[in-house]
Parts: sequence; C-alpha cells; structure tokens
Amino acid sequence: MTVYLDHAATTPILPEAAAAMTAQLGAVGNANSLHASGRAARRVVEESRETIARALGCRPGEVVFTSGGTEADNLALKGLYWSRRAEDPRRTRILSTAVEHHAVLDPLEWLGSEDDARVTLLPVDHVGRLDLDAFRAAVEEAPDEIALVSVMWANNEVGTVQPIAEVVEIAHAHGIPVHTDAVQAVGQLPVDFAASGVDAMTITGHKLGGPYGVGALLVRREVPLTALLHGGGQERDVRSGTIDVPAIAGLAVACELAVKHQADQAVRIAALRDELVSRVRAAVPESSYNGDPVSEVTHRLPGNAHLTFPGCEGDSLLMLLDARGIECSTGSACNAGVPQPSHVLLAMGCDDEQARASLRFSLGHTSTEADVDALVEAIVPVVERARAAGLLSKPSAR
Amino acid sequence: MRVLAAMSGGVDSAVAAARAAEAGHEVTGIHLALSRNPKSYRTGARGCCTIEDANDARRAADLIGIPFYVWDLSDRFHADVVEDFLDEYAAGRTPNPCLRCNEKIKFAAVLARGLALGFDAVATGHYAQLRTGADGLFELHRAADPGKDQSYVLGVLTQDQLAHALFPLGDTTKTEVRAEAARRGIQVAAKPDSHDICFISDGDTGGWLAEKLGEAAPNSGGAIVDESGAALGTHDGSWRFTIGQRKGLRIGTPAPDGKPRYVLDIEPVSGTVTVGPREALAVTGLTCVKPLWCGTPPAGPLECTVQLRAHGAEHRAVLEPTADGFAVTLRDPASGIAPGQACVVYDGTRVVGSGTMAATSRAARPAEEDSWTT
Repeated sequence: MTVYLDHAATTPILPEAAAAMTAQLGAVGNANSLHASGRAARRVVEESRETIARALGCRPGEVVFTSGGTEADNLALKGLYWSRRAEDPRRTRILSTAVEHHAVLDPLEWLGSEDDARVTLLPVDHVGRLDLDAFRAAVEEAPDEIALVSVMWANNEVGTVQPIAEVVEIAHAHGIPVHTDAVQAVGQLPVDFAASGVDAMTITGHKLGGPYGVGALLVRREVPLTALLHGGGQERDVRSGTIDVPAIAGLAVACELAVKHQADQAVRIAALRDELVSRVRAAVPESSYNGDPVSEVTHRLPGNAHLTFPGCEGDSLLMLLDARGIECSTGSACNAGVPQPSHVLLAMGCDDEQARASLRFSLGHTSTEADVDALVEAIVPVVERARAAGLLSKPSAR
Repeated sequence: MRVLAAMSGGVDSAVAAARAAEAGHEVTGIHLALSRNPKSYRTGARGCCTIEDANDARRAADLIGIPFYVWDLSDRFHADVVEDFLDEYAAGRTPNPCLRCNEKIKFAAVLARGLALGFDAVATGHYAQLRTGADGLFELHRAADPGKDQSYVLGVLTQDQLAHALFPLGDTTKTEVRAEAARRGIQVAAKPDSHDICFISDGDTGGWLAEKLGEAAPNSGGAIVDESGAALGTHDGSWRFTIGQRKGLRIGTPAPDGKPRYVLDIEPVSGTVTVGPREALAVTGLTCVKPLWCGTPPAGPLECTVQLRAHGAEHRAVLEPTADGFAVTLRDPASGIAPGQACVVYDGTRVVGSGTMAATSRAARPAEEDSWTT
C-alpha cells in the first residue's frame, strides 16, 4: 500500500473532475469554431470560466486559461513588467521574496539578466514570512521605478501564509500592481481574488484535484498585460493556443469542489497534520518543525508538515521511506535530480546542513489517519539508518 | 541481497543492474552526481555526469523496474579525486583518477553509505570477475573479454571492498553486452564508450591543468634540458608534461640525430623537464609505494606480471616486498612509465594487489619491446 504524503507536489484528481474531463475528451469541436460543435465546446469553456470565477471571487472575463502554474507565473511577471515599463521607462524594478517558487524566481532572474530588470528579493523571517518593514522600505525608496510586486500566497515548501493584504495595501498606495502565486493556496485556504485586492493570481489544476497541464492567471481587466504566446489570441489576446476544453472542464469542477469543501477539509487535514507532527516529534525528539508553528489557516497551509531530522540526509530519508511505500519530498529544487539545499530554508536562516536534513510531508483530500500511523511506525528505524549513513557523508580528511 | 547498482547512464552499468535484478537481488539504481553543477562537466554522451546521462540512467532503471535515485557525491569527489589529481600533477606525477574514484568513491563513500542504509553490495558495470579462492578469500580476476578488461582500475580494492562488490559483466564481451542491452530495450545500447577523464569536459587535460594549476602557481615554469643537462628551451608549467610525451614540447632546435624527443623526467620543484630519445624511456625497474593487496600480501619475491596503465600491456616481472611497498624488476622493459601511475600486480588472471609508482630505473641499453600505448 502506498502512503502518499506529497500532495503539495500533486494531489489525486477528484473523481468528479476526471468524469467532467473524460466526458469532453470524446467530443469534437474547437471552441473558436463557428459551427454547432464549436459552439458546444465554447459553451463548456465559458461555463467553466464562470464556475471558476464564482469559486474564486473574480469576474469570468478575468480568467485567462494557461497550460499551468509556470506559464501563468511567466505571463504575469513578464507581461506586467513589459506593459508597465512601456507605459513608463523608469519602471524597471521588480520586488519579490526570497522564498518564491522557481516558476517565479527563474523568470525574474531571466528578466534581470536578459531585459535589464532590477529584481529585489526581500528577506523573510525565521518562519518564512515576508519582512513587511523591508518590503515597505523597498517600495518607498523609489515607488515610481517599480513595475510590479510578486509575493506568493502560501509557500510550497514550509507552508507559511504570506501577508498578502498588507502587501497589496503598501503597493497600491503607490499604484503598483501585485501578482500572487496562489497555486498552493486554492482549496487549502480561503481565497477570494476580488477581496484580496491582488491584480493577478496564478492557479493550477493538479494541486487542487484537477488535471495536469491546465491552470489560469486571474487578472483584472484594467491591468495591462503584454502577451507571451502569440498566435490566435484565443484568451483575451494575451494567450494564444487552441483551448483545451476537457482540461478546462476538469479544472472548473475541481476548483468548485475544492473551494466548496475548503473549510471542512482544512479543519480535518490540519488536525491530521498536527497529529503527524506531534507524533513524529515524540518519536524523534531531536527533530524540529519548520515554518509557522501556529496551525490556523491564517498562518500555515493545513496540509504542510516540514521537519528537520538532524544528522540525516533528506535524500537518504526519502529513499528509505520510499522503500517502505511512504512517499514524501525533500521539498527542494532538483538539478538533474541532485538535491540542492532549499533556498527557502536558507532564506529562513537555516544552514546548509539543516536544509539538507529536512523533509516535507504534505497531506490532502485523500489523507487518512492510517497514513499518519504508517509514517509514525516507520520514522524511527528510518531516521536511525539515515543518521548512520549521514555521519559518513563528510569528505574524508586528506 | 539488497544491491546498489551504480548507474552512469551508459550501457555497461545498465546491463549490470538488469543482470543483478534478474539474478533475484533487490536492486536500487543510483546515479552518482559528481559535480555540483552538472552542466560544467561533460556535454553529450562522452562521459558521465551530465544531466543527459542521469536521465539515461533513470530511463534504464525504469525499464528494469527498479527504484532510482541520484546521490550527490560532488563534495567527496572533488576532495578525494579532483584535488588529488591536481596535487599529483603539481608534484610531477601522473595519477589515474579512475582508480582513485573506485578506491575512494564507488567502493568507499558509496559502499559505506549503502551499507549504513541497509544494502549489502555495490554492483557496477566494470569488466572484471570475482571468484572465491580455495582459501575462502575473494579473488579479483581479469574479465573474459581481454579488450575490455577493467581489473586494472579495480586493483586498489581490498578484501572488505571485494566482499561487497558485484561485477555482473565480467564473463561477457562488450559485443554481447551491447546486444543484450538492445534485446532488453535499453535505449543507450549504442551509446559510445567513455574514454577520457570525466571531470575534464572537453578532453583537454593539459589545458584544464594549465587553467587550474596556473591559477595556483602562475610562475611554475622551468627549463627543458637534454640528458646531459644542456638547456634546450623553457616552458611555463611542468604540469603540461607527462613522461613519454612527444607532442607539444615546443623545442626549437632539433635533436642532433634528427629523431623525435620524449619527456624522460619531470622535476616539480625546479620545474626542470628532461627530454631525450625514445630508447631512454625504457624502464626495467620500479619502486612502488602505498601498496594495496587484494588478499594476503606476498611474503617474499613473487614471479608475476604487472600492468602499468589502463589498457596497457602486461609485463613479466619479479616483485620484491620493501618496507613501504614493493620493488618490481621488469623482464620485459616498459616505456613511457610515469611516477604516480598505478602498478597492478597479477598472478595469471588474478589481481594480487597494486601500488603507486614512486620511481623508475632505466635500462642500460635500448628496449626491444615497446609497450607504449596512447
């Protein structure tokens, strides 16, 4: 039996979403065709758009479908940067945080190296939350030069919820648009696009019980956005490409259900997560809990448990758990499969060794008490073995 | 047994892993990441350590149906292999980093970590054979395919290491391994063999050494002299030379007899490089240090054969133990032998042990047989 504790990487598709998707897979019709089949496809897409808008508190016209979170992040960052700079050439600064996902960090690095953007990654505190004083100071230093601000809604590695309302307030005082990557947040936390005040928000299907390969950028109509993909102009002229009707149908159903059940699921999953953390820490007393220790959804993603096991290599732990059918993540970016110390943990003040000794367990809609039992049963022998191996990992004296 | 299969992304290690799994072992594939920045090492299919190679290894593991992970050994590899390689060259010696990698990484760091994690053995795609001798000790023998035999680069392994090693390809020819890979559907069946040093991406060892050592010691040039000590020219770094080297000496004046000249000796402290005729390269005696014995060390003189470089010829020899190693008298002179290289000692096909060549003594007269290979 597989114990799946990696819902933050991807979570199982909801049966309803799979059914909605497969229902469309057999249908023909390009949503941009003018005939009856095309109109039928278009109707599915537009109803899906309305469903998503209703679930997430935006207008249907504010939903731009993309191929997923990475594309939505790229569209938001590059599209906003180019438009805002075109309006005023002084706007070459971008403010973000040191703990963003690589789908944000890498486009920012690219804009910096290829397109003269001056990117400032603002620091976070020891739980991974943006330092608002530093953010405010960076904004007020030269607000006219800032093209945009991008701050994730909740961190994918340690689950820390960012102070989006304060970020919006500070940025909007100077008319600066705010993008947020809410890929981890939808379905886990209450998310309302309009109420949040953000100008652009990234969502993706496979993190909320929908299919892979589809996501959306929610973006306010009045925000200027330069296109990234040029072609047929299918999505508001800022995103081209034949519309993926089945995927969008699946995304809409998943989105609706994830939001509908969010409050109940958050309570259930957070309780399970708290139990996982307390039982693992009782079994391995020297382990430590990373991120915000406050369980409430205002502070931390309910499904996220991120722990450091001193003296162990995260990849040894992962391998040993995998051999026992327990699946989790080192929560870090991989370079050719080579685990790098997590930039998130380093930004939170962990040293290289702590960062490498960490595992992320993430729970979701299919998680049960039995999953926690299985992990608690396995963790002691696994940690003992990994620690024995970890002591050997230092370069020998020469 | 629970077996760790070291998978480089090449055909040999993929077939070795497949055979270990087929033999009933519980096999886990691992790819060793030896560079912190994989792109900085090789590109294409020329060696190990590229992202592409890691992906090839992963695909092969998927096909075999075994778990697969990448292990980051970059710190260990840098400290134990790359820096050692540089130090040895800086000291005027010519090391073989593949032996060092087997001794310190594959059958030390990886094996130790594997044992700690609950594995029993490390399997590799090396062409060599393991047997159990009459005395119950593990014996390392040359591979069935003499053209691919890699027992030389494993000549540093001890009983403890051999007890936890598996070489599933030792009884097979390379041709058969390629055919088997194709039959198994392993995509890398036709991938070319790796030859050069894996951490030197373009294969230009001289240029790489010049860059690395040139930074550390920018004024390490010296004189190029002939056997009588007469100056023939200068150079800007002794690491550019290896004993037996003919090309790239950049000596303006030709030898009086018009024959090509070869590097005979490198003196790292003064930086003096001695050159001379090919005949002067012939070596009849060696002293070796840092001995490593596969089994029981020889107690007295031993009639044996020795191999002095990877894929080099075998030389009939007599070994005599010394206080810190052993001395070797060659019955067939060898040429182009450089201190720092490994001397692997064989009794028939069996590896007796190895040592690092510290000094050579030369023949009084020209050698008749030439074992110089490039």
